[in-house]
Amino acid sequence: MARNVYSAIVLFVMLSLVTGGLYPLVVTLVAQGVFARQANGSLVQENGKIVGSELIGQEFSSEKYFWGRPSAASYNGAASSGSNLGPTNPALADNVRAAAENLGATSDKLVPVDLVTSSGSGLDPDITPAAAHYQIPRVAKVRGISEDKVRRLVDSTMRDRTLGILGEKRVNVLELNRALDVLASVK
Amino acid sequence: MNSSGIIQLIVYVGVLLALVKPFGWFMAEVLDGRWPRRKSWIGFPERLCYRISGIDSTHEMNWKEYAFAMILFNAVGFVAVYFILRLQHFLPLNPEGFANATPDLAFNTAVSFVSNTNWQSYGGETTLSYLSQMAALTVQNFLSAATGVAVLAALIRGLVRRKTEGLGNFWVDVTRSTLYVLLPVSLFLAIALVSQGVVQTFEPYVKATTLEGAEQTLAVGPVASQIAIKQLGTNGGGFFNVNSAHPFENPTPLSNFLEMLSILLLPAALCYTFGRMVGDVRQGWAILAAMVVIFVPLLVACSVAEQSGNPRLSSLHVDQWASPTQSGGNMEGKEVRFGAINSTIWASATTAASNGSVNAMHDSFTPLGGLVPMWLMQLGEIVFGGIGSGLYGMLVYAIIAVFIAGLMVGRTPEYLGKKIQAFEMKMAALVILITPMIVLLGTALAVVGPGLEYIAGDPAEVKSNLNNPGSHGFSEILYALSSAGNNNGSAFAGLTANEPFYNILLGIAMLIGRFWIIIPVLAIAGSLVQKQSTPAGAGTLPTHSPLFVVLLVGTVVLVGALTYVPALALGPIVEHLQMVGVR
Repeated sequence: MARNVYSAIVLFVMLSLVTGGLYPLVVTLVAQGVFARQANGSLVQENGKIVGSELIGQEFSSEKYFWGRPSAASYNGAASSGSNLGPTNPALADNVRAAAENLGATSDKLVPVDLVTSSGSGLDPDITPAAAHYQIPRVAKVRGISEDKVRRLVDSTMRDRTLGILGEKRVNVLELNRALDVLASVK
Repeated sequence: MNSSGIIQLIVYVGVLLALVKPFGWFMAEVLDGRWPRRKSWIGFPERLCYRISGIDSTHEMNWKEYAFAMILFNAVGFVAVYFILRLQHFLPLNPEGFANATPDLAFNTAVSFVSNTNWQSYGGETTLSYLSQMAALTVQNFLSAATGVAVLAALIRGLVRRKTEGLGNFWVDVTRSTLYVLLPVSLFLAIALVSQGVVQTFEPYVKATTLEGAEQTLAVGPVASQIAIKQLGTNGGGFFNVNSAHPFENPTPLSNFLEMLSILLLPAALCYTFGRMVGDVRQGWAILAAMVVIFVPLLVACSVAEQSGNPRLSSLHVDQWASPTQSGGNMEGKEVRFGAINSTIWASATTAASNGSVNAMHDSFTPLGGLVPMWLMQLGEIVFGGIGSGLYGMLVYAIIAVFIAGLMVGRTPEYLGKKIQAFEMKMAALVILITPMIVLLGTALAVVGPGLEYIAGDPAEVKSNLNNPGSHGFSEILYALSSAGNNNGSAFAGLTANEPFYNILLGIAMLIGRFWIIIPVLAIAGSLVQKQSTPAGAGTLPTHSPLFVVLLVGTVVLVGALTYVPALALGPIVEHLQMVGVR
């Protein structure tokens, strides 16, 4: 009995040191050595200042930018959350209706579903190509750039499925908006 | 479903099945003690562990010794997690200065991680220090998974060995599966995930100023090392609140594919391990076939339900149809990079295995899309199931299946040459009855009152535990109990569960669902190992045949359906009728 208790405690401590100490430490060393940019959060810098992470969505509400998806976390990168609203919850329909109206959807101009539903993490960095296309007229008008030019920009930042198979086509909103700022400044 | 979705389903299942044999083969080498060899230098750290802990690695334990060692080891783990969480404010590696966890939260989380459930009552990035994530959670991710493998190894030895008492040595099984299986594979996976953008750092959270000039704080930490083992060890407890929906936990389609693969990899491979250890790989393939036969139709059903979208939104000028420029479907609670299909593959895999990690919010799934993960858990986490625990659960069902077949032809049933008698059947009946009892009684207790409202805040006010009205609210409670009782850990996360009632109820459900299953399983092993093996005769039901696979699938589905259909009818089925009926 006493011997077994001793064995359990000591073995637990030893395996803890390996799996809870040595293992994360080795992963960190390798990660920081080989993939430092990714390991530190794929941060995006502009003039030496951190403007965000290419993987984490951020709030866009200005008319001159493409907007991301509704977020139950208000794009708080330190407190991720989904809405967890069920499919028949009236609150979900209310949110979607409000978002669709805000985006000027009509029965002739349907809004892509991802633009009016909140993401799982509340930090989704992407929108679908359809959602980007939907916003081109507004952005082009506010920016005073031709729709064709904006469309070419959207299509050039679009990411395809990995190997043509995995995942879904998407447009990174932060990347697109930064490219848009550049395009507008050289116009 | 469109062609891209179908291709992704096929690629996933195909790659998974292709990896079963190599990984299964290797695990048999490790568990049978053939690799690394006795005196090889690779085994030095292992031998050092035994020497310091005073363990005689050659000692064979009978089932009671084995169970006792297992409980002791897990009790130590429980105490360690509990006190690390309770004291995290005073411990190092807490750059955000998080407070100590409350007693009920620490209890719930300790049980959750020791029992391989990984129910997340806490919100990772807002509650836990880096030290708690590593020393408490990551450690248990390894050790609870290793415990599952050890118990499975003991059961297999019970089937293989004759007229003896020894089932192996628990300390050796845990140490070897940790050092030679879980650790190297995790190391490899963690690095691969970092290359995709999963963070791995000890620095504090990053402050950024967004393009529109707002302040944004980005939570980071030693994430990749934990994500790798939480996927591989069927644990599921994530670093962040939203688990693998978080871009720092699962940034790209490729990271998503690797993580999804890791969910089912080892549980599926263990079927081959089993076949090899009993000396007839066909036995393992038959069990795996039964799992696949149950899994694939449910996976397809879930995918179709989610890809079809939410009819409630169709009158609101919303385009939910898949097209070349959008994946479409029910996108509430899902991420664009995954779309509906990768969310449903994940949801089905994570609940088929007792993993419980999520890359989309199950609470926002359509009623039938949400029914699939719920029922996969309620089947007892045996369709692949938890690492080790899934297969030992499935082997109990195999024993029940041969018993039913034996009744039909009036012969004493046998499994792998071992006679199945009254004692084994009593224990098997315990295994299939205990979990439904906790799940259904727990749900009943919660809905009669204590689980509907709680008191919180300053000034104190009464709040509802439920995030959704009507039948969906009931589903949230049923899902929580199904998840805890079957050691899954995923949630209809709208339910507010971080309050004393649920922390304690679900904690107890997880404890019973784990250890009151393991003990009867070890008792079966202890009884079988003492029996002589009887040669197969003309009346023996071959347990590697398609007939047996059908029988096994029938047994699992029948028990699962009979037990849970009434409860499911009150939740997702009613909601589905409401959803399609009212427009």
